[in-house]
Amino acid sequence: MSVLHLSIRNESDISEAVRQSRAMAGRLGFSTTSAYYIATAASELAANLWIHAGGGMITLQRHGARGMELMTVDNGPGIADIDKALEEGFSTANGLGCGLPGVKRLMDELDIASYPGVRTEIKARKWL
Amino acid sequence: MKVPIIRLGKVLLVSIQVDLTDAAALQFQEDLINRISETEALGVAIDITSLDVVDSYMARVINDTASMARLLGAEVVISGVQPFVALALVEMGRELINVDCVFNLEQALKKLEVSIAARGDRGGNRDTYEW
Ligand SMILES: Nc1ncnc2c1ncn2[C@@H]1O[C@H](COP(=O)(O)OP(=O)(O)O)[C@@H](O)[C@H]1O
Ligand SMILES: [Mg+2]
Repeated sequence: MSVLHLSIRNESDISEAVRQSRAMAGRLGFSTTSAYYIATAASELAANLWIHAGGGMITLQRHGARGMELMTVDNGPGIADIDKALEEGFSTANGLGCGLPGVKRLMDELDIASYPGVRTEIKARKWL
Repeated sequence: MKVPIIRLGKVLLVSIQVDLTDAAALQFQEDLINRISETEALGVAIDITSLDVVDSYMARVINDTASMARLLGAEVVISGVQPFVALALVEMGRELINVDCVFNLEQALKKLEVSIAARGDRGGNRDTYEW
């Protein structure tokens, strides 16, 4: 299976996203290290859905011939200043603020689009 | 899910087996603080061998727990950080885990023994405790 939609409604859904993303990365041929990077990134993104957006959806999928994408979509309050959100240590929820900067380093590409109050979409990709 | 806390002489052993929810993390921290003051423990070994993926949230729970234990005068060592967990944490940046780490529980106990002995101060007064 190369597309998986997981709804993040409570804390235990986060671990499911972690498990599934690591398994999919393995099936797609990523090294164990890369699969751990992807799973850690999935954990950060799914946790953000739960903490900052009151839930949302994470989609795990193959991207092109040699990649994997983690995509989150939510209808929470959104991210007013994306550059700030990507800064090391910036958090509006008294967190460590290293989730998004961490995802950026763990993955090869990170795109964030946010229409505050309407929809936030985050895509993180990694290539084989 | 409760995190069991085992006493071994002047040291407490904790093994975190699964990702903790917010509520479970708070409960664990409270339990550990109570046990430290009850037993006047001088050291705490936190084993995370069973944790498969450690994100910044779990890293923070571990760090905060270690700081609390230190405030109560206990030395803290983390053991069992899995190699791939370590790689991912380093890649994420910052010193996400800010506590001394060793490979396994045995080394954790050795390290605690050494640092407790090095303090001399309180360890010496607690001659009722045995390993
Ligand atoms: N899905 C989201 N919806 C709204 N805001 C978000 C979302 N994801 C991240 N953010 C914002 O970006 C900030 C930085 O996120 P992150 O680096 O993961 O740090 P932390 O989660 O520790 O606050 C958050 O504090 C929050 O303001
Ligand atoms: Mg976060």
